[in-house]
Amino acid sequence: MLVLLTVHLIAAMLAPPLVRWLGLRAFSVLALVPAAGLGWALTHTAAMREGRAVAEVYPWAGRLGLELAFRMTTLSWLMVLLVGGVGALALVYCGRYFTAAEPGSGRFAGVFVGFAGAMLGLIVSDNLIVLYVFWELTTVFSYLLIGHDPSSRAARRAALQALIVTTLGGLAMLVGVIMLGEHAGTYRWSQVVGALPDGGYLAVAVILLLLGALSKSAIFPFSFWLPAAMAAPTPVSAYLHAAAMVKAGVFLVALLGPALADAASWRPTVLIAGTVTLLFGGWTALRQHDLKLLLAYGTVSQLGLLVVVLGAGFRDAALAGAMMLLAHAMFKAALFFVVGIIDHTTGTRDLRELSGLRRSAPALWVVTVLAAASMAGVPPLAGFVGKEAIFEAFLHGGRWEQLVLAGVVSGSALTVAYTLRFLWGAFSDKPAVAPRTVHRVSWAFLAPAALLAAGGLVAGLGAAPLDGLLAGYAGLYSDEGGYHLAVWHGLTPALALSALVLAAGAAVFGLTLRTRWWRRLRLPMDGATGYERSADGLGRLAVEVTGATQRGSLPVYLGTILLVLVVLGGGALVAGRPWPGRFHLWDNPLQLVPAAVLVVAAVFATRARRRLAAVVLVGVTGYATAVLFVLHGAPDLALTQFLVETCTMVMFVLVLRRLPGHFSVRPLVASRRIRVAIGIAVGAVVSGLAYVATAGRQATAISTAFGEPAVSYGGGRNIVNVTLVDIRAWDTMGEISVLLVAAIGVASMVFGGSPRLLRPRRPPPPTPPRGQVWLMAGHTLDAGLRSPILEVVTRLVFHTIVLFSVYLLFAGHNAPGGGFAGGLVVGLALVLRYLAGGRHELDAAAPVDAGAVLGTGLFIALGTGLTAMFLGGEVLQSALLDWHLPVLGHVHFVTSTFFDVGVYLVVIGVILNILRSLGAEIDRHEQAERVAAEARPEEELV
Amino acid sequence: MSPNLVLVIVVGVLFAAGVTLLLERNLTRVILGITLLGNGVNLLILLGGAYGGPPIVGRTPEDEMSDPLTQAMILTAIVITLGMTAFLLAMAYRSWLLTGHDDVQDDVEDRRIMQRAERDQGLEDEDDPTTEGTPR
Repeated sequence: MLVLLTVHLIAAMLAPPLVRWLGLRAFSVLALVPAAGLGWALTHTAAMREGRAVAEVYPWAGRLGLELAFRMTTLSWLMVLLVGGVGALALVYCGRYFTAAEPGSGRFAGVFVGFAGAMLGLIVSDNLIVLYVFWELTTVFSYLLIGHDPSSRAARRAALQALIVTTLGGLAMLVGVIMLGEHAGTYRWSQVVGALPDGGYLAVAVILLLLGALSKSAIFPFSFWLPAAMAAPTPVSAYLHAAAMVKAGVFLVALLGPALADAASWRPTVLIAGTVTLLFGGWTALRQHDLKLLLAYGTVSQLGLLVVVLGAGFRDAALAGAMMLLAHAMFKAALFFVVGIIDHTTGTRDLRELSGLRRSAPALWVVTVLAAASMAGVPPLAGFVGKEAIFEAFLHGGRWEQLVLAGVVSGSALTVAYTLRFLWGAFSDKPAVAPRTVHRVSWAFLAPAALLAAGGLVAGLGAAPLDGLLAGYAGLYSDEGGYHLAVWHGLTPALALSALVLAAGAAVFGLTLRTRWWRRLRLPMDGATGYERSADGLGRLAVEVTGATQRGSLPVYLGTILLVLVVLGGGALVAGRPWPGRFHLWDNPLQLVPAAVLVVAAVFATRARRRLAAVVLVGVTGYATAVLFVLHGAPDLALTQFLVETCTMVMFVLVLRRLPGHFSVRPLVASRRIRVAIGIAVGAVVSGLAYVATAGRQATAISTAFGEPAVSYGGGRNIVNVTLVDIRAWDTMGEISVLLVAAIGVASMVFGGSPRLLRPRRPPPPTPPRGQVWLMAGHTLDAGLRSPILEVVTRLVFHTIVLFSVYLLFAGHNAPGGGFAGGLVVGLALVLRYLAGGRHELDAAAPVDAGAVLGTGLFIALGTGLTAMFLGGEVLQSALLDWHLPVLGHVHFVTSTFFDVGVYLVVIGVILNILRSLGAEIDRHEQAERVAAEARPEEELV
Repeated sequence: MSPNLVLVIVVGVLFAAGVTLLLERNLTRVILGITLLGNGVNLLILLGGAYGGPPIVGRTPEDEMSDPLTQAMILTAIVITLGMTAFLLAMAYRSWLLTGHDDVQDDVEDRRIMQRAERDQGLEDEDDPTTEGTPR
């Protein structure tokens, strides 16, 4: 079975190219795939007759109770025949139904075959979870098939509606499946059967499972989606909405019935919902003018009948239901095919516009009559055999069964009536309507319908051998029913009922032709209105909730978040009183000086009106922080903070030179007060939290034990650096990756194209003279922008600074420094070169691509980590190497130094990238703007 | 552990100033606010570690060292802040390039939904205008 499913999958993927290559003939080729399913099932007929199941199990995720368990019993065998046979015929029919110019026919073919595969999987799955997966797959494929014409709004709506309704039911079903599976400890249905729960638990599980089944099979109150889904192309209606997908729900009812029919909630749900659907569908079908909609409501009605019969829960009903299932698939698909042919040849499906088809298309008429007679239950066709078996089964029951029988008889009479309406509407001569002439319907177009209609005759006449096969399913019920399927049982009460049904149906049809009052009878409420109302209500609710919460203003969002912090954090502080009283004013009185500077600068930074002033004030807080680091005993931090703060200032200035000097004036004093109030509240709460958290700390810091291993394992005396490159190297790895991403982001933000960005022709770049040039600026910068002293000094110290950075890098393991600090120093050297000599000077100083530097850095860092792994250690583990070299003497080396080299390169790459983006590229924008501005007055003069 | 009151106050002031700037609409001010908050957070982490001499074996006795773990964390945070500031600055620049200012505007889509809510409308008519007028 796995092979068959795989074949379907492959065929579905190959379908689009195949259709492109072979055109419409490809459909006939693809029809071989479902036909293979049919053929495979036929080879197992003998096993079915003997009542043996065909099973395959493949392990999947065993611990989750998942395995690809397939199992074909009589019921699934019957379904495979239908799905494979009708699928193949529908595909053949597609080849005639579509024209070569049909858009999207390749996709359609793929989805169609995919659906056939999903349906096959659903039927043969033994594992309920796998069944659920296939179940939802059919829903998705059905969505794609109903919405085949994406330009039609009706098709889109119908597709979405069908998707939502069946998915909701499917989710309920999943819960039911899980309830049963968890109780039984396995999800294999053949084993779950033996370990069922009882009482209320079972009743709830049954209701949930039935919700899935009933919504899938368009049973009241979910019936509305099926008629709407008729927006799909006719082959889809014939296959999905007559033979296959809507039968999935019926199939589930039939599958679960033998085990669950005695649960308290089963029979009331199934019988009431089914009977209501049977009557409602039949009645509504009588009102339709569109032949396809007439059939659709007829299908709804018949599905109701099938659910009633297969869910009734005793042997004879099950046998009758299986026969009816077979009969319905054949006659309904055939009739849909006929409607497609009529639509195709006359251009309409409206029975008020069709006339005289009986004479102009006699072959079509014969086929239709054959199929329709089976639908109405005329002997000796399959429909008759099924109906009679149903009557017989319910005749011998209790009061419930008698009630259901009354419903079934009325429903069957309605079926006869709408069958007549169909025949009359499509084919009869109507005096008021001009007769339609139909060109010869090609045999190949008619053949699928003819085959299915003939199948109904064969199945009816061959009822006796079928009885032997289908009894295998009916035998799952333990009660002693002795009914056998046959065309002729003699003069029985059931035969009388059949005759009554035919007569009553004809009478009802005659009545509908003459009077009109009956049209006003409808159900007070149907599922469609409920669906519309709940969809509208959900939309309204979403709009109100979104409108109330998403105000679209960033300050409001941030303010809300921060207020939550104040309320929760502050609340916790208040609740946690009394606070621990241990504190000291300072560790070192010198701390007061930077602290005071910092406080003053921070307060003034919030009040500054000029951008540059604000930037400088914030920079001051950064430097003051660095001093606090020094005083706290953290030289590495102080070094890094100094360097970073300088870089940040340069970056700000590079960008701010393009922005207006002052902040835009914001006149609202009130909003400013609110901001300040929130700020002070947050500051107070954070201070409080900091105090309480620090004062309440009891445990010893984990890092007190870092010293010894830092030397013995990490090979370095600077514990901070060893922590970075060894103990917590993963953190550092993550960090440099983030830096890389940020650098890419900066570049894309500045270099990224946009219609509004200035992209005039590049002004010709100033060509530096050949050969060695010591100062690029002499040839590339305006004399007014130059500062030769700065240029020369920069040029002189540049190499020294770079050398110093290398020292920092390697010394960092044992003294303050390291990859971060070293990289930042090189970065600052580059900043100097750029500031002194412009972007061409920068290119001369670093004639490499920033991306290459970044990539190399990350590669080295990662490579070091992976090398350690390949050598048998853990990722990023470091090793100590000691060599005794002839001249240099003893060399002590730690592999994590390579990691630090990677960090060093990444930092250099980031700063180089920032300079190229925020510096050089913005220069270019500015220059281009100036050129454009100069060009404009000239144009005006001309 | 006993907290250092000077640092506690400095952290509070940095958070207060940072949040005040963060709540502005001007992107430059927002970025400056984030920088202040960054410094505040770094000092907050520092406060959680022990005070002492530089954590370098051989230079400071082990029981007098400041906490190296908090320092490693802060060091990472400092450099990340640099990358983030650069990114935000590039964003501010692009905003200026596209709109002529660097103020954060209200989200237009959110405004539209608010208007729908005020007019008590649902989502039904959200379809594109080309299909309006076709009967439902």
